[in-house]
Amino acid sequence: MLRLFDDIENPYSPSANSNGTLAGQVVSMGPRILEENNSQNWEQLLVLVSETNDRIAFRHLFNHFAPRIKSFLMKAGADQTMAEECSQEAMATVWNKAKLFDPNRASASTWIFTIARNKRIDAIRKVRRPEPDELTWPDEIEPAQEEALELKQQSEILADAIKNLPEKQRQLVEKAFFKELSHSEIALETGLPLGTIKSRIRLALERLRHAMG
Amino acid sequence: MKNDKKIEHHLSEDLLMRYSNGTLCEAFSLAVATHISMCDDCRAALESYEAVGGALLDTTDPEEMGDESFESVMALIESQPAQTEQVAKIVATDVPSALSDYIGGSLQDVKWRPIGLGVKQSLLKTSGNSTARLLYIPAGTAVPHHSHNGNELTLVLKGAFEDEVARFGPGDVEMADEDLDHQPIAVEGEDCICLAVTDAPLKFQTFIHKLVQPFLKI
Repeated sequence: MLRLFDDIENPYSPSANSNGTLAGQVVSMGPRILEENNSQNWEQLLVLVSETNDRIAFRHLFNHFAPRIKSFLMKAGADQTMAEECSQEAMATVWNKAKLFDPNRASASTWIFTIARNKRIDAIRKVRRPEPDELTWPDEIEPAQEEALELKQQSEILADAIKNLPEKQRQLVEKAFFKELSHSEIALETGLPLGTIKSRIRLALERLRHAMG
Repeated sequence: MKNDKKIEHHLSEDLLMRYSNGTLCEAFSLAVATHISMCDDCRAALESYEAVGGALLDTTDPEEMGDESFESVMALIESQPAQTEQVAKIVATDVPSALSDYIGGSLQDVKWRPIGLGVKQSLLKTSGNSTARLLYIPAGTAVPHHSHNGNELTLVLKGAFEDEVARFGPGDVEMADEDLDHQPIAVEGEDCICLAVTDAPLKFQTFIHKLVQPFLKI
């Protein structure tokens, strides 16, 4: 992952500094986090893309998410060429819709996942997806920083819980979620007995609930 | 569209998960989107499934992108016209917009076809093998006794019905499978309108209904 950042000498454009406290955090925490390939700051990078069309911020988002969107689409059944093309289109959508990203409502990876998921439906399954009505918030309520922080902590807990699952369980949760596989199809694919699969998925979900509880 | 009464019968975890990962067919997605527009609990549950998707996306093994992939994305962005602010069109309607898109307006605009005993239906156009339709059941009237070859989801939009399982009011969802043999009856006082989605034709139990079923497309 590190090599992906080699070509960027200064990962932060000047615009990052003019962005008040949030951008200040990006500047102070950014390099360490990017080196560790951690996901803490994707929200702030998305806000930079939205507010200042920051290409360097976008490049970081691209480097992390495009290969993972491609991976998701291939696990969902797309071939190499289609997955490449669709993940490029998904990243263009990330740029175009960045203004709609609200860090009070979702983490960056969740928001980008919904874009990749919609790409899967449009381009690969070629069906229409009815969407729920948007929640409308009264204008006078300012999005609270605290809420954003709390949400961020929750999604970090969830991401950590998933990262910390034993590899076999993480793979099963991923298969059950990314692919349209039933438990018995997973049994066929992994060669594990159906009972084992079911108890591993149950165990994994229990661990997740416990970690988030 | 908000509901004053508490919704008691919700979407199954399986439906929420498949809606969140993009594997649910159009007809069932329509029912899920309509219910979520009426139900904050299921909206929150959907958001947590999407958060699981986000966390899995974040932790999945990356696939190497092609050469010049980033440049292609930037070229794609530059070739697209600047995004204009989308203003949501506000349509006066008595159903969530997901459903209103399919009926072309409100419940007053539905073109009903009688299917016997005062019950009416209107098929909605969706892709795939599942069928979505609106059912109009006059107050106090029963829908013929039937069981199912597959899954049936019924979402109440207006009024209420009762069957062997429970009473279902606006926003409530009943899931039925092969094992349920039921006779929904619209409760007295108000005609009942439901969105019903099936992934296999219903099996009606009386001979006469079996005979007409192919013509009703129910």
